[in-house]
Amino acid sequence: MAKFFAVTILVIAILSAIPIVRNTWHPVEDISTHGQAIDDQLSETMWEAGISFLASQILLAWLIWRFSSNRAGEKTKSFPGGAMGLVAAAFILVGVEVLALGIFGVKAWANLYFTPPGSDAMPVQVQAGQFAFYFRYPGPDGKFGPIHADKISEASQNFFGLDPDSDPDAKDDIVTAEMAIPVNREIRLLMHAKDVSHSFYVPALRIHQDFVPGLDLQIHFTATKIGRYEIVCSQLCGLGHYNMKAYLDVLSQQDFDDWLRKEAAMQ
Amino acid sequence: MKAHYKTAVTTCALLMLGFGLLYSTHKTINVSAAAGGTITGTIKLDGTPPHQKPIDMSKEPACAKEHASNPVTTETVVVGPMGGLRWVVVYLSEGLDAGTASQVPSETPTWDQKGCQYIPHVMALDVNQHFKVSNSDPHSHNIHPLPAPNGANHEWNRSQPPGTPPFDQVWAGQEVAIPVKCNIHPWMHGYLAVVKGPTGVSDANGSYTISNVPAGTYTVTAWQEVYGSQSQKVTVGAGKPTTADFTFKAK
Amino acid sequence: MHDMSAHAAAHHGPPTSFIRKHIFSLDHKVIGKQYYGLGLVAVIIGMVLSWLMRIHLGWTNAAIPGLHLLSKTGAPGDVMTPEFYLQLMTMHATFMVFFVLTVAPFAAFGNFFLPIHTGAEDMPFPHFNMMSFWTTFVAFCVMILSFFVGDGPTLGGWTQYAPLSAVGSVAGPGQGAGVVIWATSLAIFCLGQLFGALNFIPNVLDLRCKGMSLWRLPLPTWAWFITSCMGLTSFSVLMPACILLILDHVAGTSFFVASNLVINDQLQPHSGGSTLLWQHLFWFFGHPEVYIAIVPGMGIVSHVLICNMRKPMLSHRVLVYSMGALAVLSYMVYGHHMFVSGMNPFSSLLFSFPTLLITIPSTIIVLIWIGSLYGAKLRINSASLFALGFISMFITGGVSGFFLAQPSIQILLHATYFVVAHFHFTMAIAALFGIFAGTYFWFPKMWGRMMDETLGKVHFWCTFVGTYAIFMPFHYLGLAGNVRRYSSFPADYMQSFVGVHKFITIAALFTGAAQLIFFYNLIHSRFRGKPAPDNPWQATSLEWSIPSPPPHDNFGGRHVVVYHDPYQYGVESSTGDYVMQDSPEQVKTEHEEA
Repeated sequence: MAKFFAVTILVIAILSAIPIVRNTWHPVEDISTHGQAIDDQLSETMWEAGISFLASQILLAWLIWRFSSNRAGEKTKSFPGGAMGLVAAAFILVGVEVLALGIFGVKAWANLYFTPPGSDAMPVQVQAGQFAFYFRYPGPDGKFGPIHADKISEASQNFFGLDPDSDPDAKDDIVTAEMAIPVNREIRLLMHAKDVSHSFYVPALRIHQDFVPGLDLQIHFTATKIGRYEIVCSQLCGLGHYNMKAYLDVLSQQDFDDWLRKEAAMQ
Repeated sequence: MKAHYKTAVTTCALLMLGFGLLYSTHKTINVSAAAGGTITGTIKLDGTPPHQKPIDMSKEPACAKEHASNPVTTETVVVGPMGGLRWVVVYLSEGLDAGTASQVPSETPTWDQKGCQYIPHVMALDVNQHFKVSNSDPHSHNIHPLPAPNGANHEWNRSQPPGTPPFDQVWAGQEVAIPVKCNIHPWMHGYLAVVKGPTGVSDANGSYTISNVPAGTYTVTAWQEVYGSQSQKVTVGAGKPTTADFTFKAK
Repeated sequence: MHDMSAHAAAHHGPPTSFIRKHIFSLDHKVIGKQYYGLGLVAVIIGMVLSWLMRIHLGWTNAAIPGLHLLSKTGAPGDVMTPEFYLQLMTMHATFMVFFVLTVAPFAAFGNFFLPIHTGAEDMPFPHFNMMSFWTTFVAFCVMILSFFVGDGPTLGGWTQYAPLSAVGSVAGPGQGAGVVIWATSLAIFCLGQLFGALNFIPNVLDLRCKGMSLWRLPLPTWAWFITSCMGLTSFSVLMPACILLILDHVAGTSFFVASNLVINDQLQPHSGGSTLLWQHLFWFFGHPEVYIAIVPGMGIVSHVLICNMRKPMLSHRVLVYSMGALAVLSYMVYGHHMFVSGMNPFSSLLFSFPTLLITIPSTIIVLIWIGSLYGAKLRINSASLFALGFISMFITGGVSGFFLAQPSIQILLHATYFVVAHFHFTMAIAALFGIFAGTYFWFPKMWGRMMDETLGKVHFWCTFVGTYAIFMPFHYLGLAGNVRRYSSFPADYMQSFVGVHKFITIAALFTGAAQLIFFYNLIHSRFRGKPAPDNPWQATSLEWSIPSPPPHDNFGGRHVVVYHDPYQYGVESSTGDYVMQDSPEQVKTEHEEA
C-alpha cells in the first residue's frame, strides 16, 4: 500500500500542476499601466511555488516508496547532512527565495500606493453602499459638492445626499450607475463608503482596495484598452454581496465626452 | 365566607363583561358591497413636479434589458397629463366606528417585484390584513420594510429567490406609511400604508375611490410620500357618492 | 522540579457516582474524551452546513428538500436565500475553527495525554479543568441557540468585520441578536480555553515526574505547551473585542462604527468609531488562532510518524524551536489579512516580511519530517497514512502561502477562492488529518479497544483523494478571480466558474459520505473493537507504559521515573527495536539527542 500511496501523491501533484502549466484558469487580461509588475510577480511566484510544490511532493512520494518495506535485519539510518543541513536548506532555498520575492515585489506595490497621481488625473468618486456602486463626476467646475448623509435618498436617486440648492459645487455633479473612463487617461478614484465595509475589485485593472466607513481613500490607475469590464465587491457586506457589481466602460475620449454629456442631461 | 362569595361573583361578572366587550370589538365580518357609501375624488399637484430621474439598472442586466426601450424613472412624485397626482393614499383618519375599524378584509393583495420595480409602488392595507409578496423576476430580491421603531410593526428583511412561491405577511399596527426597499437593487422603493378602515390609492389620472364607507361624518386624509398629508371633513350618506378633492402644492 | 502530582491526586480519589465519573468529572482523561465528543458533534454540524453550502453553489435555485425546517424565512420553497447561505457559511466556519480545530487536537488529545506525557497523575487544577470543558460546552450551546432566534444566525462571516457586525439588524438578517449571540458564545469560549491553558502550562512546568527534563517531553506535549501559550495571549484579546462588539449592540457605544453611516436611507445613530480597529483586534487573535489549530497537529503527526518510522526525528530540538518560532512570529504577521484593508500601505509591506519569514520555520518542520523519513522502516497503517497525508496537505497549503504573503499579489488574490484554498488545505485538511492520525493512534489507549484497520484505510483513501479533488480547484478559481463569500455568481466573467463548482460539490458530497465510515468505525470499535493491549504500536512514550484504558490516577500509584528521551527507537533492547521511556534498561542507541 505504501507504493500505491507514493504513486497517488505523484499523480495528484502532476494533475494539480497541469491546469497551471496549461494556463487553463488565469487572471483576466491586464488593461492597466501598473499591472505588468504584478503579473510578473505572480509569474515568478508561480515558478518558485510550483517547483517547491512538485519537488517536495515528489520527494515525499519517493521516500514513502523507498523506505516503507520492512527490510528486516536492516537498521534505520539518518539523513546525511542531518538536521542542520536541512535547516540550512530551509534558510537558503526557501528563506532567501521568498525574501527575494518580497523585495522585488515591493516595486509592484509601490507603483500603485507610493506614487502620487499626476496633477491632471481625472477625479471620479465611487460610493459603495449595500448593494451597489454609484459614481460621481465633478462636472465642469471640477469640484465635488459635499455629501450630506441625512439627505441621502435612494428613492429619489440622491445617492450622495447632494444639496444643489445650497451647495453650488454640487450643481453640476453627475451621478451615474456605471463607471466610464477615457482610455489612457489617469484616473484619481476617491472612495467613499456609505454604510458598511465593501471593496473595489476590478481584476482587469489590477485594482483591489477596501472601502473604509469613516475614512475616505484615494487610489489611481490608467486603463489602456477600450472595452467593458466589471467591478465587483469583494468584502462581505451583507446578503446582496454576491450581486454587488457595476460595469466599467473604457471609452475613447470622444465617446467618453458624449457619454458624460448624456448622463449630465439625465441628472 | 359570604364576603368572599360576593367578591367572586362580582369578579366573574366583571370578567365576563370585559371579555364580552373585548370580543365585540374583534369581530371580523365580510361587508357586503351594498352596505356603504363611497368617497371619490381627484388629487392634483399645483406647480411643477420635481424632476423624476431615469433609473440605470445596468447592475442587473435582466432588468436593464427589460426596460431598454422604455426607461423607468423614480416614482416619488408621479403626475399625469392633466396634473393628476398618482400614488396618493386616501383614508379615513377620524370618524370610523369601532365595528368598521375592526373589520379586516379577507382579500390578500399582492406586492410584486417585476422588472426590478415594486408593483404597485404604493399599496394600502388594513391593519392585520394579509398580503402576499411575490417575485416575478428571474433573480433574487430582498424585501426590507423599515417601519417606525418602537411601534407595533417590526422591521423584517428576507430574500425571495426566483421561482419560489409568494409568501404571506401581515402588519399589526396602523402606519402611514412603511417604506419598503430592496437592498440588492437600491433604486427599488415603495410604500405600504397600513390603515384601519377602507382606503383608496389614486391612479394615473389622480382619481381615487374609497368604497364601503358607512354613512357618517369623517375626516378624509390624503398622504403623498413627498408632500405629506392633507385632511378635510366629509359627510357620507348611505348609497350616495361623496366627493373630496385634494391639491398638493409643489415646493 | 518537584513532584506536585501527588497533591493533585490527593484532591480527588477515584469517583464513585455516575455523575462524577462521566458528567462532572475532575479526571483529565474524561475531560479529554468529553472535548473529543464535543468536537465530533461540532464537525458533523460543520460538515453538514458545508454540504448545504456546496449544493447551493453548484445548483443555486434548486430546492433542497427539508431545508425550510432549518430556517423560518431562509428557505422559502426549500430554496436557499442569499442570506441563509451566508448564515450557514458563518456557522460552518465558526463551528469548525473554534469547536473542532481548537477543541479536538488541543483540548481533547491534550487533556487526555499531556498529564500522562509529563508523568503526572492529573492536571494541577482539576476543578478549573472541569470548568474549562463545561464553559466550552455552554459556549457551544449558546452558538447553537442562534439558529433559533428571530431571523437566524449572523451572516457576517467568522471574521465579523465591522460595521456590518456592529450596526444591528438594519444591515441584514441575523445582524441583531445573531451577532450578540455569536459574540457572547465566543467570549465564553475564550474563558473556557483560558481555564485550559492555565492547566496545561503549569502541568508542563511543574508536574513533570522524576527524570523528565523539558527536553525529554514528547513532541505533542511541546506542541500543546506552545499552543497554550498562544491561547493565553490571543484568546485574551478576542474576548474583550467580542465584549466591545456586544456593547455596540446593547449599550449604544460606537467602538467600531464611524459617523454618518446611512443604511436603508436611514442615518445610523453612531459616531466616532473605527472600522479598522475591529480588524486589528480580531486578526491579532486570528492569526495565532490558525497556528493554535495546526501546531498540535504537528506534534501529533511527529509523534505518530516517529513510532511508525521506528526512528526518532532528525532533531527533536529543531522541531521544538521551529514550533516555538511559528508561535512567536504568528503575532507579527496578522496584518497580512489586511493588506488592502485601507490601513497604511507601508504597514502592508511591514507585515509581509515576517509573513514571508514564517515560511522558514514551516519549511524546517516539513524538511525535518521528510529528512527523517530517509532511512526509516515505515509502517503503513491508518494512523501513519493520515500523518503522511498531513505532510502532503501542509506542503500544498504552505506553498499557496508564498502568493498570499505578498501584498502586490494579493491585489489579484485577496478575497478570492485562492485564499479559501490556502486555509482549507492548512486547516480543514491538514489539521483534520492530524486529528484523524491522533484518533487512529490513540483510540486503543483512550477506549481500550482497537479500531478496524481496514475501515481506517478505506476512510483514508476516500478522504485523501476526495479532499484534494475538492480543494485543489479552489486555487484555479481564485487565480481566475472568483470572489469568495458569494452565494452565487451572477457577474459576467464568473459564468464559466459554475461548472467547476458543480464538480467540487460532487467531490465534497462523496468525501463527506466517506466520513460516515469513520463515524461508524469509531462507534463500532468503541463497543465491539478487539480489546487493546497496553502497547499495540510498540511505542516508547509514557502513555504506552500504562493499561488501555488507563486507571484513574494514570500510573496506578507508582511514582514514574523516566530514564530516556521519549523516542528511543532503532535500538537493541529486550523489548525489540525500542525502549520505553520509563524503562531502566540501558541500551546502545545509535541516535543521540540532537
